[in-house]
Amino acid sequence: MAFAGRRDAPEPPDFGILKRLARDQLVYLLEQLPGKKDLFIEADLMSPLDRIANVSILKQHDVDKLYKVETRPAPGASDQFCFLVRPRVRTMRFIADIVNADKMSGRSRKYKIIFSPQKFYACEMVLEEEGVFGDVTCDEWSFYLLPLDEDIISMELPEFFRDYFLMSHELWRDLEEESEGEGQGRKPEIGHVFLMDRDVDYVTALCSQVVYEGLVDDTFRIKCGSVDFGPDVTSSDKSIKVLLNAQDKVFSQIRNEHFSSVFGFLSQKSRNLQAQYDRRRGMDIKQMKDFVSQELKGLKQEHRLLSLHIGACESIMKKKTKQDFQETIKAEHSLLEGFDIRESTSFIEEHIDRQVSPIESLRLMCLLSITENGLIPKDYRSLKTQYLQSYGPEHLLTFHNLKRIGLLTEQAAGETLTAVESKVSKLVTDRAAGKITDAFNSLARKSNFRAISKKLGLIPRVEGEYDLKMPRDMAYVFGGAYVPLSCKIIEQVLERRGWQGLEEVVRLLNGNEFSVSDSTVEDNPAWESQRVILTVFLGGCTFSEIAALRFLGKERGCKFIFLTTAITNSARMMEAMIEARA
Amino acid sequence: MNRARADEEEYWHSSKFRAFTFDDEDDELSQLKESKRAVNSLRDIVDDDDDDLERVSWSGEPVGSISWSIKETASGSTSSLEGRDSSLQKGSSSYAALPKQVSSYSLSSLFKGRNKLPSFQSLSDALTDTGVKNYAPELRRPKAEYKDYSSDWSPKDTVRRMQRGKVCSLERFRSLQDKLVLLDEAVAGHDGNVITAVLIFLKRTLRREILFRELEVRQVALCHLIHFLRETGEQKLLLDLLRFLDRTEEVALSQYREHLNIQDVEKRREFLKGCIGLPFSAEDTSHIQDHYTLLERQIIIEANDRHLEMAGQSELFRKYPRKASILNMPLVTTLFYSCFYHYTEAEGTFSSPTNLKKTFKIPDKQYVLTALAARAKLRAWDDVDALLTTKNWLGYTKKKAPIGFHRVVEMLQRNNAPVQVLQEYVRLVEDVETRLNLATKYKCHDVVIETYRDLKDRIQLTAYKCKVERGSAEEEKINSILNNMQIRWKN
Repeated sequence: MAFAGRRDAPEPPDFGILKRLARDQLVYLLEQLPGKKDLFIEADLMSPLDRIANVSILKQHDVDKLYKVETRPAPGASDQFCFLVRPRVRTMRFIADIVNADKMSGRSRKYKIIFSPQKFYACEMVLEEEGVFGDVTCDEWSFYLLPLDEDIISMELPEFFRDYFLMSHELWRDLEEESEGEGQGRKPEIGHVFLMDRDVDYVTALCSQVVYEGLVDDTFRIKCGSVDFGPDVTSSDKSIKVLLNAQDKVFSQIRNEHFSSVFGFLSQKSRNLQAQYDRRRGMDIKQMKDFVSQELKGLKQEHRLLSLHIGACESIMKKKTKQDFQETIKAEHSLLEGFDIRESTSFIEEHIDRQVSPIESLRLMCLLSITENGLIPKDYRSLKTQYLQSYGPEHLLTFHNLKRIGLLTEQAAGETLTAVESKVSKLVTDRAAGKITDAFNSLARKSNFRAISKKLGLIPRVEGEYDLKMPRDMAYVFGGAYVPLSCKIIEQVLERRGWQGLEEVVRLLNGNEFSVSDSTVEDNPAWESQRVILTVFLGGCTFSEIAALRFLGKERGCKFIFLTTAITNSARMMEAMIEARA
Repeated sequence: MNRARADEEEYWHSSKFRAFTFDDEDDELSQLKESKRAVNSLRDIVDDDDDDLERVSWSGEPVGSISWSIKETASGSTSSLEGRDSSLQKGSSSYAALPKQVSSYSLSSLFKGRNKLPSFQSLSDALTDTGVKNYAPELRRPKAEYKDYSSDWSPKDTVRRMQRGKVCSLERFRSLQDKLVLLDEAVAGHDGNVITAVLIFLKRTLRREILFRELEVRQVALCHLIHFLRETGEQKLLLDLLRFLDRTEEVALSQYREHLNIQDVEKRREFLKGCIGLPFSAEDTSHIQDHYTLLERQIIIEANDRHLEMAGQSELFRKYPRKASILNMPLVTTLFYSCFYHYTEAEGTFSSPTNLKKTFKIPDKQYVLTALAARAKLRAWDDVDALLTTKNWLGYTKKKAPIGFHRVVEMLQRNNAPVQVLQEYVRLVEDVETRLNLATKYKCHDVVIETYRDLKDRIQLTAYKCKVERGSAEEEKINSILNNMQIRWKN
């Protein structure tokens, strides 16, 4: 897909300012409680907080001890408590318990709750009920956006996926409102905006990732842009926490590559490195001095990075070999293409029977369901029964969640209901109809994957072998087997400068909720910003999608910026659906 | 060539999936190994001043992680940050991982176990001026501006003000119609926080039947109330609401979910018994019934086996002490356990595998698979053999596996089966290539030799001679085959 007149992608806007703003506001809030204080931090907020502040900043503003929320304060704690929390009922009760315990023992303290990113009325209600309203002061830390990298901004709200798509709960404030009134009369820094609901494309998020960054996320879990490499990677007895972003000169060159291309790159790199070190043989004193003062540091850092990523590759290989990765990928590709469905079904069945992994089994079942528009009732029953037997009967609840959200459904007998059902769903306000729609719920969420895939050509037909080292399209992120649907839609809309000609696809995507807003700014090629494209993923986006769009951006000379409620992958999505033991 | 390397090489060569194998001839994994060696060989030059390096750091950020410090506080050290920070300055980059959060994915799942009904005091009290944002200088206006409870904001304006986090009294919305207009406005604003605030007010000021009735035709608001009730743990009200809406299945699921909070097994069993009668679908009712029966069994087995283990009479329990209790484990795990500790028991006992199989209608395939795993773990190769042997109607015996024999081989190999045992099943692997791979990997020489003979592959067979011991029976076998004039070699 070579485009004529290839242009260089423009530089993205600098999002570092978001970090600075968040830090300044936090400092301001901490200063609202002058003097020494202990700080309680909600577990989910720790990693984001680590990205923008550190211990010495907190210390500079009189923070004495740090606790995790849910940990009882030590005796002899400070006279002032500050709580940095998400707005949750349970956390409010934890705080209320501390305050009430102090009251009972006649201890007087000052308490401040800082809600991030905003305070909820329901939280204040709990404080009131618990009788501590007025004893605590509340503030908001509007820390909505965390830049994870030069082109990724995350809201770090993983629960958004479950709350919004499973519970239909609109807890978080509209994005649109947030941006209202900004940028009036200024040259826009962004040319296009895409808003993508995760439920438009579950398939992509369910696939095993095979680009390096995706594999690292699937294998080690990247958290807030950093990863803990354990002893098996570092070949020492300690774990190392590594920030993975564009600053890492080795990582930035391999992050978007298919895993198979990574080896070659790393070995080339290490040969070069060796050659550079070897140069010092035969140097005279002066040259040696220059070498040490100018180059050695850089070489050493590169050496460090190289050995880490080589270690990570080895560890990934070992783990994936053990997990029958080849076979899993093969089954996945058959599902995507719609071949050998029976064979894939037995593969999944065996996976469940052998208790390989509850998350993986579930993921494969969902992939089967969504590519096939639901399981046939016989398979649904038998797979569900076997799943409950292998992984525990309480997963009955998990299956209900998955059905509700449309990830794992049962085909209804007779597909002719669709017309009736679409009529009925318009009558939701009618009491009787409300119940009927409920019953049709799973039907209404038909994925139509097969038809969409055909329409958009998501399965590339390649003569011979797909060259993963010189990819021709975005399919390389899935080993040449599948172009991610979410990314393909974006590509098509950009190419057509709108939705013209995509009406059928929109219909298949159950597109009644599609809104198209025309850009008021005329295309002006002189503006670099026209080629900066913001893609917003509601419910999470995967590293594979990011890699695919980065690839597209390079081909087209444009720059994609990613804004997501959280970085996700198949395991995180499945875990969000599982009803765990409390 | 060391063993591990050979294994990995084989893995790549044997894989059929092309996209993940590599085009060029040189083996990429050995490339990786080579890179590693190259990089490691540089270590002596590099390692001299590690500390310096770590401060240069890939993280690019000053070390001094907050998560790290909290871990320290949590682990009992209550020293203040002063001392800690100085140690951090030295550049230790070994961060400790934070303990895994329990289900941080769901807001609602975090709120279980509290059934206390809230005392509803005035909401307007709750919304006094402490709620005003006070960090931004431009918001620091005279408080009077916010005290506007008495003024007549329209429902729309009220909602808009609440969306901006401002304090608004809702007390003046007293007629049902006013309340509903307010709710509809809140829903139209798409702000869950405001919708919930209005719902809290309605819940406090309306009789529940009326609230339910009105919510039934307001699906969005209804979803928010359900979510709110889950979060605050008002289970009773939630169930009433679901019952009112005739959502019987949700009522059942919601009640069943509570068992997860019951720690005591006896109580849990009793609770599950009560769940059987709940209005589940027929299919789910049988799952719930099974859940109850399973726990009932586990309680009996657990009591017996704990006793057995304590008494120290049983050799099996002495040799393989139980790692965990069997309570609350899945059925398949229970079956494995029973095949491990109670394999030979008669069908009459609750702990016998056949009894479990019958009670829970475990499919043959699942049963054989699980029994295989358990007996292989005990290295009871005769049992393994028996499980894989079937008799046909003529009385001939035949080997049959519920899964591919390559999987059987893997399973046996993981449990260090001797070559004689492995060989028998490697021979049964249908796919020639896989068979050769497994046979070579696990040194089942006979199988390799016979397969090459059947393939009439003289070159490979000759080459294999160097893999077997000099003067061994295998070498002799190869020689005699190579000398066999009857075979028409393909090469």
